[in-house]
Amino acid sequence: MTRKMTGAKMIVQALIDQGVDTIFGYPGGAVLPIYDEVFQQNSIKHVLVRHEQGAVHAAEGYARSTGKPGVVLVTSGPGATNAVTGLTDALMDSIPLVVLTGQVPTFMIGSDAFQEADTVGITRPCTKHNWLVKETDKLSGVLHEAFHVATSGRPGPVLIDIPKDVQFATGTYTPKKPSVSHYQPPVKGDMNAITELVEAIETAKRPVFYTGGGVINSGPAASQLLRELVEATGFPITSTLMGLGCYPASGDKWLGMLGMHGLYQANMAMHDCDLMINVGARFDDRITGVVDMFSPKSKKAHIDIDPSSINKIIRVDIPIIGDVGHVLEDLLKVWKSRGRKTNSEAMAKWWKKIDAWRSIDCLKFEQKGKIIKPQYALSRLEALTKKYDRYICTEVGQHQMWAAQYLDFEAPNRWMTSGGLGTMGYGFPASIGVQMAHPDALVINVAGEASWLMNMQEMGTAMQYGLPVKQFILNNERLGMVRQWQELLHGERYSQSWSESLPDFVKLAEAFGAKGILCSDPDDLDDAIMEMLTYDGPVIFDCLVEKHENCFPMIPSGKAHNDMMLAGVDTQGVIDAKGSVLV
Amino acid sequence: MSPLKIKKGSTSHSAYNLRPNFSDVIERHTLAVLVENEPGVLARVIGLFSGRGYNIDSLTVAEVDHTGHLSRITIVTSGTPQVIEQIKAQLGRIVPVHEVHDLTVEGPSVERELAMFKVTGTGDKRVEALRLADIFRANVVDSTLETFVFEITGAPDKIDAFAELMRPLGLTDVARTGVAALPRGN
Ligand SMILES: Cc1cc2nc3c(=O)[nH]c(=O)nc-3n(C[C@H](O)[C@H](O)[C@H](O)COP(=O)(O)OP(=O)(O)OC[C@H]3O[C@@H](n4cnc5c(N)ncnc54)[C@H](O)[C@@H]3O)c2cc1C
Ligand SMILES: Cc1ncc(C[n+]2csc(CCOP(=O)(O)OP(=O)(O)O)c2C)c(N)n1
Repeated sequence: MTRKMTGAKMIVQALIDQGVDTIFGYPGGAVLPIYDEVFQQNSIKHVLVRHEQGAVHAAEGYARSTGKPGVVLVTSGPGATNAVTGLTDALMDSIPLVVLTGQVPTFMIGSDAFQEADTVGITRPCTKHNWLVKETDKLSGVLHEAFHVATSGRPGPVLIDIPKDVQFATGTYTPKKPSVSHYQPPVKGDMNAITELVEAIETAKRPVFYTGGGVINSGPAASQLLRELVEATGFPITSTLMGLGCYPASGDKWLGMLGMHGLYQANMAMHDCDLMINVGARFDDRITGVVDMFSPKSKKAHIDIDPSSINKIIRVDIPIIGDVGHVLEDLLKVWKSRGRKTNSEAMAKWWKKIDAWRSIDCLKFEQKGKIIKPQYALSRLEALTKKYDRYICTEVGQHQMWAAQYLDFEAPNRWMTSGGLGTMGYGFPASIGVQMAHPDALVINVAGEASWLMNMQEMGTAMQYGLPVKQFILNNERLGMVRQWQELLHGERYSQSWSESLPDFVKLAEAFGAKGILCSDPDDLDDAIMEMLTYDGPVIFDCLVEKHENCFPMIPSGKAHNDMMLAGVDTQGVIDAKGSVLV
Repeated sequence: MSPLKIKKGSTSHSAYNLRPNFSDVIERHTLAVLVENEPGVLARVIGLFSGRGYNIDSLTVAEVDHTGHLSRITIVTSGTPQVIEQIKAQLGRIVPVHEVHDLTVEGPSVERELAMFKVTGTGDKRVEALRLADIFRANVVDSTLETFVFEITGAPDKIDAFAELMRPLGLTDVARTGVAALPRGN
């Protein structure tokens, strides 16, 4: 039923119609009418962040941990520009967001008015789509369309810029109805291509599943189908950073993460396979390394909903455009109907080879002496939190890679990390968003001290809403990942890569009214972690770790997958001039 | 290599036959892109090309269907087959883009461009310019005692050739519309 109401009211009404329960935002002059409506309702919780970047990352955490779009409300000008990093982050990682920005009134647009910014211009390249709505009558249509675009096909962030006069004016509200948009990306894969993949599966001698964030994007049902397919075929499976949890780490077909800091067996299997089945991954350069040397002997299949992901970086033999869930369902059907065949003799040999690679145990480390190794800290965190249905966020750096290596994920939507953009400062606000969505769950942000400081103002938010997020900081007093690259590439000249004048994190926690825990002795670690887990409220855990630990395994820039650096190697002169220009 | 036709809303669409050869040969392709005629849509298309480092050799745009709110953008671009495929796929991702057609591979097409040339001179050069214009079927749309403005329509090659001939005869200004193109037949 259509109704007359103000633009501001329409916004709240549309959010309610779309099933939104939480929004993250920060008020300002250009969104005051909307905030007035937020004030006068009880259906939607508003989380007042301390910086708009935090709002967007929190919405990302909310979205990734629920599968629902995250919603953000910020003001014009600086509110909008502060949101840009988060938008870019969400675009790179395919996270569905609906971001609402206020704008100066339509009659002032273009006059360099107070807090005017060309928000749609600035955010055009960092959103999936955006709109400037100049008529109140069009507002509800755009709002519903925004949710449709954000969540269909390859998900991503969208933005709606709403001038203040449009918020005040009265117009006609049209409720949510089935989308009439021309934007309807196909989800079913081509059956000929699927059959071709089934044939390849039947005869493959050295197959591997290379899975990614697309499985998570597709939803829990896709993870379920993937598990069924892996169990039924007995093929080994690896995943990108973004896909962790799509297949359980406890499964015996699991090879661990692949890529630059991936596991030895995963990268070796990718290099030597004869059939690579890419399920919702995008051949990122952290995976392929030098493309000429990438998996030279394999036939490659690629299941992806975005045609532009196909053949962008790696030429594939069997492209299948469609949604992971739909394609896997058809794939299983065809494969079963043809008699569930695989080349079991060859598979036994392949597994033997893989087991030999596994036996290298590329993640082994030795915790000796009185200084905590970061790997040890994460192994203990893993052991002590395994029994919880926990949600892990990370910041960006070495700690992020160690978290991916040493923490095990059994289910999708439990791992929130900034992969594509690599945004330091992502993890803490993301953990707030996750905790809002899952109030009773254990939510931990594995952080580096430098990243964590980038959005530390969100302590206020965590306290205000009573969110018991655990900030597990691996404090090496270094911009560790940068330092590692300087060790490898720049003759150990550590230019600006240390954290000086760090705060006393315990006092910092206390200043906000939270709990601070300092741990520097490996013997105290378990007790300290238990103290963190049992405390009912936000905790900053300052874990002092080895300062110059390197993150291994590592495929150095310019090298192939079968040319990995393992722990304990000499780090000097490994990367040649050609490799050193790569990031 | 068969074309990637990206038509939104159709489920029969498939990239199954998409087998680009990853060659280094630079090809010139004319793309027709049907877009929703909404503010900013051209900026999206141009931003895509500049942001991803693709070439625009020429670009024309105008509304072609008033009731359907559709505009047609004709883009001439060049790149390796892989880059051309990427350009088409990336264009197809833009939400207000309805259809992407690669006229270079989808069968025969006609291309036309309109150009205006101002030629300044007197005496023999002026006579020669007029004579060549006649051969090229260019029209005089303005003249003074010392200048002509010629209008010429044709394929870009023809216009390039005319420009070459006019240069030594006193060519001072050129305005070109860029290519408009349509497939032949049905
Ligand atoms: C310091 C640092 C180091 C890193 N090192 C590594 C590393 O060692 N290993 C590693 O793996 N990554 C690493 N990354 C992350 C890396 O940069 C990329 O973000 C990541 O590899 C991309 O993951 P993905 O291929 O799964 O793609 P995503 O970015 O998750 O993209 C998903 C793909 O799936 C498609 N898709 C989306 N939805 C669907 C659907 N419903 N159906 C089908 N397809 C769909 C999309 O079109 C897209 O192509 C690192 C990041 C940082 C910051
Ligand atoms: C916003 C931003 N700025 C700079 C970088 C480059 N960068 C990547 S990792 C890193 C160091 C991170 O240090 P810390 O958070 O302490 O983590 P560590 O690597 O020590 O575990 C830097 C500066 C980045 N990824 N993001």
